[in-house]
Amino acid sequence: MIDAASVLAALDTVRDPELDEPVTSLGFVSSCSVSEDGVADVHLRLPTYFCAPNFAFLMVADAYEAVSAVAGIMRTEIVLDDHFASDAINDGVRARSGFVAAFDGLADAELDGLRIDFIRKAVLAGTDRVCRPMLNDGRSGAELASLTLGDAPPSPDRERLRARRAELGLPSDDSSPLLVDPATGAAVAVEALPLHMRRARLTRVGAEANSGICRGMLKDRYPSLGIGEDEA
Amino acid sequence: MYEKDGEKYFVVDSHMHYWDASPQNWVKGQENYAKGWIDCFHAYQSLGPAETHWPIERFQKYSEEGLMKDVFEDGHVDVAIFQPTYLKSWYTEGFNTTEKNGALAEKHPGKFIVNSRFEPRGGDASMKEFEENVARWQPKGVKLYTAEWLDGSRGWTLKDPEAYRFLAKAQELGVKNIHVHKGPTIWPLDKDAFDVSDIDHAATDFPELNFIVEHVGLPRIEDFCFMATQEPNVYAGLSVVIGGLMHARPRFFAKVMGELLFWVGEDKMTFGSDYGIWEPKWQVEGFVDWDFPAGDEFSDYPRLGTAGKKKILGLNAAKLYDIDVPAEFQLPADAGTPAAKDDAVLVDASA
Repeated sequence: MIDAASVLAALDTVRDPELDEPVTSLGFVSSCSVSEDGVADVHLRLPTYFCAPNFAFLMVADAYEAVSAVAGIMRTEIVLDDHFASDAINDGVRARSGFVAAFDGLADAELDGLRIDFIRKAVLAGTDRVCRPMLNDGRSGAELASLTLGDAPPSPDRERLRARRAELGLPSDDSSPLLVDPATGAAVAVEALPLHMRRARLTRVGAEANSGICRGMLKDRYPSLGIGEDEA
Repeated sequence: MYEKDGEKYFVVDSHMHYWDASPQNWVKGQENYAKGWIDCFHAYQSLGPAETHWPIERFQKYSEEGLMKDVFEDGHVDVAIFQPTYLKSWYTEGFNTTEKNGALAEKHPGKFIVNSRFEPRGGDASMKEFEENVARWQPKGVKLYTAEWLDGSRGWTLKDPEAYRFLAKAQELGVKNIHVHKGPTIWPLDKDAFDVSDIDHAATDFPELNFIVEHVGLPRIEDFCFMATQEPNVYAGLSVVIGGLMHARPRFFAKVMGELLFWVGEDKMTFGSDYGIWEPKWQVEGFVDWDFPAGDEFSDYPRLGTAGKKKILGLNAAKLYDIDVPAEFQLPADAGTPAAKDDAVLVDASA
């Protein structure tokens, strides 16, 4: 028999693409159970009725993929509740027919391009998380341009940055440059570094402010904690 | 006006509303959307101080008396700018229309500025409506909500050819302040609906217009800031920033303010309460008292002094809207020019 903990662990790998945080810690998982015959039943919730449907679709589809891959799960039900496009999203993911088919006539393409744009933002924000403490410890900006990813002190933030770079196919081993252009993977030249670091911090501030607003809205909408929610 | 520590602040609330989202105004068959919209707004109110929260019934439809008291008597506002949002797909008489706002403004001369809107997908009929509204209400600005649903459409962008036709008309008629509000949907749905690059195009092509990006492009502050450094006629509307973050997330608020002060500058930021989402009183008072918290993470952001707060709370918007500001509220000569376009310079890469 599969326990719900292994399904929840799979959901930990599913991120809100816009906020770059797991749907579990954000509080988006309202219930998670597994029946004796291996049917996983997961309900998701979002901060508002009108959260952007493209990101919502990605979360439901990613949850479906992650939970279906858990050993012993025979069937997966992912249900997004209380959203203006719940039916289109739930039916589309269940049928595995893609975003264009789920929103007939309203979409031109699948969501790969959108996802890539937001992983690039995550790389920029992650660059600030890794580099800001190094700058505060007295490293100069110019110094950072000559360092590798392996030179950064080991931390969860460094591994998170490495993972995002790998997802984009950017250099991500220890010998790769610490600072890379999130679109091309090219090392950031020393003269471009001040602006690069400003953009990285700005991108992180944007994402964290959004996350703060989303958490506040979710708490007002659903006073009870989600499964696996952290109270950041 | 607001006075604190001997300083007098002229307050322009450049983004506020007078809406009717009561069930009587919900379009039959669209009740879920009408309810979902106002419930979402109501949740935003929860991010303000608890003593300013309203029950949903009052929030759905507030009275003229309540508005006048909250905004002018208690809220320190000198001039308030109505920003309409139509949403006629969901609300029979519209959520918050030029006409409804204009009727209230006519009863209280000198208190309000009535902005209008245009609907680029509406063709010639919409153009006629826009011209009639301009003739009737003499708006100096429009509010554009790009996520508005119309028949099967789920939104539009400012770089659509249809939108350019209306922007050209606005420029011709002297409707010079274009307030842009992004929402969660757009056509096509696979694109990021909150993307602000369409404003970049329009701002370049219509240099005589001012583009005030409401809620500073949230949730795309980074794209907004980078664009605003390159377009002298792009401004940061602080609706939602103060209301949604200053009380609920003070450290994030400080960081967002720091980024805006760095990238956009105090001459190009305008206060908007977003009333009835949030009352202006606590926002104005809290903003005047606000300063960066202590800590390394805030140390290299530009500081905001009294002159900057005066610009943001009223003088910048007064300049954009040609509002006469009495001498006692004006800045000393060495404090810079409110709403100065040339404050936006490409950020020096070596900064």
